[in-house]
Amino acid sequence: MAVKVGIPSSLLFYVFFPFWQSFFKEIGVQVVTSGKTTKSILDKGVREALADACVPVKLFFGHVIDIKDNVDYLFIPRVVCLNQKTIFCPKFLGLPDMIRFSVDNVPPVIDVRMDTRVGRFPLVKAYQEVGAYFGASKISALRAYLKARQVLNHYRALLIKGFTPAEAMARLNNPDESKPAPRPRENLKSNLKFAVLGYPYNIYDSFISVNILEKLKKLGVGVLTAENIHPFLLALQKNCGLPKRLFWTFSDIALKAAHFLFKHGRVDGVLHLTAFGCGPDSLLNKFIELEAKKHRNIPFMTLMIDEHTGEAGMATRLEAFVDMVRRRKEMIACQR
Amino acid sequence: MSKVTFPRMGESWRTFKMLLEDLGNEVVVPPRPSKKTLDLGVRHSPEFACFPLKILTGTYLETIEMGADTIVTSGGMGPCRAGEYAMLHHKILKDLGHDMKMIVFELPRYYPFNFIKNVWTLNKSRVCIRGIISRIKRAWRKLQALDNAEKLSHVVRPREINRGATTRVYHKILDWIDQAYTTEQIIEAEAAALEAMRNIPQDHTREVLKVGIIGEIYVLLEPASNLEMEETLGNLGVEVERSMFLTGWTRDNTWTETTQGMTVKEAAAPYLPELIGGHGRDSIGNTILFAKRGFDGMVQLAPFTCIPEIVARTILPRVSRDYDIPILTFFLDEQTGKAGMSTRLEAFTELMRRKKLLLKKKNVAQKNIYIA
Repeated sequence: MAVKVGIPSSLLFYVFFPFWQSFFKEIGVQVVTSGKTTKSILDKGVREALADACVPVKLFFGHVIDIKDNVDYLFIPRVVCLNQKTIFCPKFLGLPDMIRFSVDNVPPVIDVRMDTRVGRFPLVKAYQEVGAYFGASKISALRAYLKARQVLNHYRALLIKGFTPAEAMARLNNPDESKPAPRPRENLKSNLKFAVLGYPYNIYDSFISVNILEKLKKLGVGVLTAENIHPFLLALQKNCGLPKRLFWTFSDIALKAAHFLFKHGRVDGVLHLTAFGCGPDSLLNKFIELEAKKHRNIPFMTLMIDEHTGEAGMATRLEAFVDMVRRRKEMIACQR
Repeated sequence: MSKVTFPRMGESWRTFKMLLEDLGNEVVVPPRPSKKTLDLGVRHSPEFACFPLKILTGTYLETIEMGADTIVTSGGMGPCRAGEYAMLHHKILKDLGHDMKMIVFELPRYYPFNFIKNVWTLNKSRVCIRGIISRIKRAWRKLQALDNAEKLSHVVRPREINRGATTRVYHKILDWIDQAYTTEQIIEAEAAALEAMRNIPQDHTREVLKVGIIGEIYVLLEPASNLEMEETLGNLGVEVERSMFLTGWTRDNTWTETTQGMTVKEAAAPYLPELIGGHGRDSIGNTILFAKRGFDGMVQLAPFTCIPEIVARTILPRVSRDYDIPILTFFLDEQTGKAGMSTRLEAFTELMRRKKLLLKKKNVAQKNIYIA
């Protein structure tokens, strides 16, 4: 029987899962995920995690508790820095330790440190270390790494084309070329287009975000996220007029996306989805808000989610916002 | 002429005032954080920003009313939010119509030119380099004197016979140190201050509990933000030892790592091998060190939503179990009330005292069995 490694479907899952899946498959390890977030997973997480932690971290606890008894190892890498410039939120840096020391009966945690600021080929070395847990030789780990890298590039390309992570993962696992690909961008014949900014683990987790993407689509609004914008366009934003870049990778991307969208005005409204008690977001939200004040032509709204967020409340706020933006657009069209 | 202000952290403002005035700046002394400061800060800061950011926003707005137009503050490299404070404060204040000049000191270890440039900007009276160095040294000595006085007050307060005597003397000696100007005067004032503190009538036979205090630096250093917790504990007959003072922190972060810093890091390594910003790792490391020194308990202070302290708090229960040391955590924000805090501290003290008593009885019983 193959060794089973568990990957909680939360946090970095939405960014790196295709990579990890392909890597572990190459070195002959079975991957077990915790699947979609459910009410019971959230409840388990809320019970176990510290009350002051943010919802995504509580959710991560829930996902860990959900799979810990079915796997031999838990894969929770300590991802510090991946682009030599920005780092991840302190909660990501302490994630393996938080799990190990506050959840009972956890299987061994693979907490390999990934930091591209030190040494040569740090990521290759990190994944060779991961491979060593399962007895994979350095050569085979390298081969698996390179193959996984290709998959990741493919996945990112799909995201830029406008797929959501779930759709992109489904396409990667099932590359049925004969089927006509849904071309998300051209389907957006609707007259409105919103940008939803925020962290991938909040936006794409349809349970915790109360299905915000689907709700917008049902209201006839096209959705754009930071992952759908080409990284090159984001890099052009430099430091967004600040003396220093934001430290945190996801916040940096979100702020750049906000600046890009406000500057080029390709959207009719910007939504910022933030989790209750999120540290980086408290600053990021203010920065985006101050930037939005300069661009009065694009309405901006902040939506806050937590473990008690109700379906109805969210729907009301979204409907009101969509109606107001639509009305404003029609009025401007009439005035012309 | 520009008027300079800076964040207030406990009594350290006396030093910064002296240093900045020495370099020829007009200084606006930041007022002690009050209800008004908090109201202003909470109104204009992001809702979920940590407590120090809100206090600082309020303080800056108050000093602007008093005529300040330049802010000297510290930067940072993350991942703690404090490194972004200066940028955000600048934007918030600009949004409110105050275009302040920010002078942000980054870590001199990584940005030496930024440090030199900032010192040069602040050097209004064009003192020569040697002059600057001697002035910084003198300010440093004063900071040490202030820290030493505070440390001693923590030891004396639980043993004082007349309740409140230490606090009265402490406020008096702060003025002595404040008025000292040359290095000799500072040393003399410090000696006199420590002597005055030791002369407070004390009861040395009293059973005193020892508690270590860990947590985020701002809420540790600014008594107004932690509702004078150290004083409250002292009055309950608890000797406190704080893990962090401004002198110690500056030494650890300016040029090289001190041996003290290294020990904390090593102690924390089995639980948290990664620097997570702020003082998360220090909190864990210091808890272990204090436990090994036989302390009776720990109090952790953190601002609400502080990320590194949340990580530390998640791991601390295990440390507490492994080293058998009770830990009480306070997440502080503008809603924290003094009465609630005192009640929790009283209960915590009683529990620690009981634990100590039981342990003693057990030891005595064992000894008796041994003798019999």
